[in-house]
Amino acid sequence: MNPDAATIAAGAPIEVDLSPVAEGQDIKVFWRGKPIYISHRTKKQIDEAQQVALSSLKDPEADSARVKAGHDQWLVVIGICTHLGCIPIAHEGNYDGFFCPCHGSQYDSSGRIRQGPAPANLEVPPYAFLTDTKIQIG
Amino acid sequence: MSGPSDFQPSNPALKWIERRLPIFGLVHSSFVAYPTPRNLNYWWTFGAILSLMLGLQILTGVILAMHYTPHADLAFKSVELLVRDVNYGWLLRNMHACGASMFFFAVYIHMFRGLYYGSYKEPREVLWILGVIIYLLMMATGFMGYVLPWGQMSFWGATVITNLFSAIPYVGKSIVTLLWGGYSVGNPTLNRFFSLHYLLPFVIAGVVVLHVWALHVAGQNNPAGVEAKTEKDTVPFTPYATIKDMFGVSCFLIFYAWFIFYMPNYLGDADNYIPANPGVTPAHIVPEWYYLPFYAILRSIPNKLAGVACMFGAIIVLAFLPWLDNARTRSSKYRPLAKQFFWIFVVVCVLLGYLGAQPPEGIYVIAGRILTICYFAYFLIVLPLLSRIETPRPVPNSIADDVLSRSKGKVATAASIMVAMVVAGGLLAGSTQSAKAEDDTPPSQNWSFSGPLGKFDRGSLQRGLKVYKEVCSACHSLNYIAFRNLADPGGPGYSEAQAAAFAADYKIKDGPNDQGEMFDRPGRPADYFPPPFPNEQAAAAANGGKAPPDLSLITKARGYERGFPQFIFDFFTQFQEQGPNYVSAILQGFEDKPPAGVTIPEGTYYNKYYPGHAIKMPKPLSDGQVTFDDGSPATVAQYAHDVTTFLMWTAEPHLEERKRVGMQVFVFLIIFAFLMYFTKKKVWADAH
Repeated sequence: MNPDAATIAAGAPIEVDLSPVAEGQDIKVFWRGKPIYISHRTKKQIDEAQQVALSSLKDPEADSARVKAGHDQWLVVIGICTHLGCIPIAHEGNYDGFFCPCHGSQYDSSGRIRQGPAPANLEVPPYAFLTDTKIQIG
Repeated sequence: MSGPSDFQPSNPALKWIERRLPIFGLVHSSFVAYPTPRNLNYWWTFGAILSLMLGLQILTGVILAMHYTPHADLAFKSVELLVRDVNYGWLLRNMHACGASMFFFAVYIHMFRGLYYGSYKEPREVLWILGVIIYLLMMATGFMGYVLPWGQMSFWGATVITNLFSAIPYVGKSIVTLLWGGYSVGNPTLNRFFSLHYLLPFVIAGVVVLHVWALHVAGQNNPAGVEAKTEKDTVPFTPYATIKDMFGVSCFLIFYAWFIFYMPNYLGDADNYIPANPGVTPAHIVPEWYYLPFYAILRSIPNKLAGVACMFGAIIVLAFLPWLDNARTRSSKYRPLAKQFFWIFVVVCVLLGYLGAQPPEGIYVIAGRILTICYFAYFLIVLPLLSRIETPRPVPNSIADDVLSRSKGKVATAASIMVAMVVAGGLLAGSTQSAKAEDDTPPSQNWSFSGPLGKFDRGSLQRGLKVYKEVCSACHSLNYIAFRNLADPGGPGYSEAQAAAFAADYKIKDGPNDQGEMFDRPGRPADYFPPPFPNEQAAAAANGGKAPPDLSLITKARGYERGFPQFIFDFFTQFQEQGPNYVSAILQGFEDKPPAGVTIPEGTYYNKYYPGHAIKMPKPLSDGQVTFDDGSPATVAQYAHDVTTFLMWTAEPHLEERKRVGMQVFVFLIIFAFLMYFTKKKVWADAH
């Protein structure tokens, strides 16, 4: 009853071209049936994310642990709220991050939970930079 | 109370079978000669009602399964085509969907009856636990059944509930992947839910057999809580209980028929008429009403794992009831304190149900937490305590004595219980709609199709078709309407020749031909209205990034809150025109400039009735845009009214038939109920 071979094959890694994504913009792609937000963060968002004290976070994680070295303007997170699975809205909420309309969870510009009932940060999927403007998710 | 029977059929053929498989003896001893207490009240008819509902659900479900396709890309359409094209498909679907609600309504009354009269006490503990197992199986079946139409609520409800299992430590994520059959709710999930949804009702039937067997070993409980001692205490099941059950069933069927024929979508969610979209989460994810109290308990606990544990715990605690409450007096009739706490518990359950449908904010959260504590306190604190400290009133010596001492007061108690149940039922039913009422509520309009005698105005339908064709069809598809439907009874009333001519005006893509190429040809009656764009991406690209929705079901896929207590009155007035009111309001609600101080994003238009007020569709209707042959005014208000009437027909082509058949069924059921009542009175005349 575990995922069959076709489902696993359909879940193979995908490549995403980042060049059309402007600074401050984000796009949503689907991988393995899940929505993935790819955010081209502004300097303000990066600074805000890096300057947060870890002790104030419900799920402490440094911003550097959630992005790839040398590419910290790119945030890639799975757009599924860790509470009960709704899709948060990008560029909303008090932290210039994500806001989930179902029960009010708010994530910051690094996708970390700051407010609301969700227990964990938005999951970072496995991905790698093939070139400066192309990533492979999965 | 039922042992080997000495029943012998007189017919030689039946005798032959009886010797080899004593089935007639079994039926005779279990359902004909079976001694049943004389003092049972109508709360005891719900066992028979439940058996009927299980049978009906299986029957309608098996026939529906002959026409349903359990594939993510095809499920939604297969249900719509079933409702539109299968003979009496609309009736089967309504019976099955409303039947699930009726099944749960009856089971909750059945369970509350057991709670009140102590039917779980010795020697009926196993009977009670079998009942809890049946209830759990029902919940699983109902959950999976709701996923099958693959609407927005089906998909997202499945996502939320399957995600709950990820709370289990270590194995949680693996369990969820196993449930999904993939990396998210998708086609494998739908397929396996269909398989299990078909299977579980038969498992339920098996457990019901055990349940009735366990019942017959101990004998039925009764309102006095005193076991039957002599023959004077009981009457044979047939004809006494049989006819009483028939009357109870006929009253229940009237209640059921009200939903099937007149309020089929009252207990449902408008969002489930929108095909599932994994990329868009609905604003309010709400389970069906029968899960609401447990949903409220789940959301009351701030910790994910504890919330899941409490939700399941709230059901499992029922299985421990015989040991939590071991007071010797069975029936709450003779336990004044227990009786009061019981009614408080009923109110707690109803309020939890109401809260389950509200957004988890502010006062609702606090109330939810308090009520969750009350719920568990009833089982874990109140009942054990009462069994130690309460002094019960003296019980009657025997059932026969109880029957003889019947007083008028009982009628009053029964009546007030009925009222409480009706209010509770109404609240629970209405609680599928959440409380927050929009300030800009669409105004209520008069629709010719509303009410029990509602019919479509043919002229309005034809004018509405014209508006659709000349204005809306440029961007909006109408995928579920075929040209032949224009000649169907209960519709715009065109002849078959007119429908064929209408179809011939259209160019339909067909193919591949023998050369392997696609080609255009004139439309035929069997063709469906062609969509304006070849696929969703093209539709979105041509319309500022958002594909205009298909309009076939739009009047059933939209609604607005009516608020408390309006939604209770709506049940009795048969109001279900939220969708048409909304659509008509949107069409007339455009304003050139947003009010002072309000800004809307670039590329959107201000609409008074659209949630958020910024709609991507430009104002589609202007005066004089469409001219009508019958001289009706060429105004926006007229267009809005006519096209909305037309779209109500596209959403439910069989509306007139539904209401007409409903009237016939009601007349029959009311006459039948009267006949059953008087027969029951005659049969019971000597027993009272």
